[in-house]
Amino acid sequence: MASITEQRDAPAGERGAELERRGLALPRGWAYLPLGLFLVAFPLFAGEFWTVQIGAYSMILGVIALSLMFLAGYGGMVSLAQMTVAGTAGYFFAIFGTSSEMSISLGWSPWLSLPLALLVATLFATLIGLLASRTAGIYTIMITLAIAVAFFYFTRQNYELFNGFNGFAQIAPPAFFGYDWNQPQLFYYLTLAVAALCYAAVVYLGRSTFGLTVQALRDNQRRMRALGYHVTGHQVAAYATAGFMAALGGLLLVFLNGRISPGTIGVGPVIDILIIAVLGGLRHPIGPFVGALAFVLLDNFAIDLIERERFNTVIGLCFLAVVLFSPDGLLGLWEKARRALARGGRPRS
Amino acid sequence: MAGSTTARPSLSRAGVAHALRLEGVSRHFGALVALADIDLEVAAGERRAVLGSNGAGKTTLFNAVTGDFPPTAGRIQFFGEDVTTLPTHERIRRGLRRTYQHSLLFRGLSVLDNLYLAVRGVSRGRYSFRRPRRDDATLRSARELMHLVHLDHVADTLVGNLAYGQQRQLEIGMALAGAPRFVLFDEPAAGLSARERRELIEILRSLPRHIGYIIIEHDLDVALRVVEQVTMMHNGRIFKHGTPEEIESDPEVQQIYLGGGHGGGGHGGGGPGGGGHG
Repeated sequence: MASITEQRDAPAGERGAELERRGLALPRGWAYLPLGLFLVAFPLFAGEFWTVQIGAYSMILGVIALSLMFLAGYGGMVSLAQMTVAGTAGYFFAIFGTSSEMSISLGWSPWLSLPLALLVATLFATLIGLLASRTAGIYTIMITLAIAVAFFYFTRQNYELFNGFNGFAQIAPPAFFGYDWNQPQLFYYLTLAVAALCYAAVVYLGRSTFGLTVQALRDNQRRMRALGYHVTGHQVAAYATAGFMAALGGLLLVFLNGRISPGTIGVGPVIDILIIAVLGGLRHPIGPFVGALAFVLLDNFAIDLIERERFNTVIGLCFLAVVLFSPDGLLGLWEKARRALARGGRPRS
Repeated sequence: MAGSTTARPSLSRAGVAHALRLEGVSRHFGALVALADIDLEVAAGERRAVLGSNGAGKTTLFNAVTGDFPPTAGRIQFFGEDVTTLPTHERIRRGLRRTYQHSLLFRGLSVLDNLYLAVRGVSRGRYSFRRPRRDDATLRSARELMHLVHLDHVADTLVGNLAYGQQRQLEIGMALAGAPRFVLFDEPAAGLSARERRELIEILRSLPRHIGYIIIEHDLDVALRVVEQVTMMHNGRIFKHGTPEEIESDPEVQQIYLGGGHGGGGHGGGGPGGGGHG
């Protein structure tokens, strides 16, 4: 998390490197098989509420937060506009396709409207990247927050394209291959597939040439230039890549809700994505999913313990606790617990 | 001392290809004049030391040449091409390289990843979404570089965990990636042990003959043993050129730069926390 406040050309970025140096000792390879089997079998024994409202919703938020983890964890660029990009994909899917507002929606085939929505959102993310790459550290957070808030107000006040305050309703997932993707189990598996693909992509990218350049951006931009890299180009490409991922999450989100309105992309949801990513941990692609699950569970069940309007207090306290006691998020806690167990199992010297 | 600038020998030799040519290069930071009207010509393959006290403008000179901090006035030619307005990465792609006084490395990545990125920076496929294959040519060059700077045994170590001397060696390895034509070494020996210095001299001497360089170095034992020409700077100006022997025996140089002492090993540089250069 040091990267949030770090200036990008700070000599040596000591603190960020300090965190990086220890390496997160998560289980590898086949150790994830039981988790994979559990995720696949989950809808077979869980009810609709757990399958969709907890399972699928967590994974959707996880995908959007994963896009932030790619930008911030790998690239040191903390963008608050990831939910905005996700919302853009949702909005344009409704505008190009079918919705309750057929005076605006164009009614195109989902085979066309879906890729177009992804394209528009990715282009928007690229544009955000062009602007944000002129800044570093806290200023990146500020400019992306400003873009997110501006887009929120724009959608709320624009009735010609975004249908203002009401937004769009009755947006259905495309009936690809003759299936009803709204059916809870099918939707869960669709979400699982997208989440798994995005996760695998980020893991794979981490060791790819492009992924290495993004991590090098985080460590030292001046050296990047001195090696012949066009730093802005790599930053913008990172925003575009993350934007595509966020857009996938945004489409799933609009399939789940069946509607999209300015509330979906307001300041609250925008900050939620940051909270989820930090809660889970920014150092490993699994972090955002862990964070999303914790967030969704709190969102649904904290209400049993406290009043509804106190939810922000609870999540705020959790955020504070994580930032104070485990800068690597819940993943960091896992790491600490593992070490403590390892120490406990050995006689002290 | 101002009068000494009149004795500015010209090095221009007709017919010699210049690796680097600076004409009237100045750099101001507000009211501070870090570089004042510098003229300098370095032939292709030539090896030159730039000496001067802290604040003489040596590192600023490097920054002007690489474009890290472009000059406020003057022209810079690299192998006959005017690069004054080119961005840094374009100059690098033309064969210019540099090391930094304080190592600027990718501390969260391994030694091999650092060198891989260094080689990749001047070749195609910088945006590749694919992982490099085991037999990838770039990866091979990175391994060769790793061998050249004696770091094979720490290939997979995160750079943040390397010893200081190893980081300095990696710094040199990064600068030698991908067919360099001219290298700027900024105090490569600072903070190194005697053994590491010998290793450094060995690395510099083993460079292919066509690679010219300028080295900024406080340790004259290192600097004067790896160059053919020496340029002396003071207060942002060049005041003398000469061979290592001439410079070592010049009374004026001894008075100004060496403080009257002999240019032995006493000038060990600043080390990791050494003084910043203007």
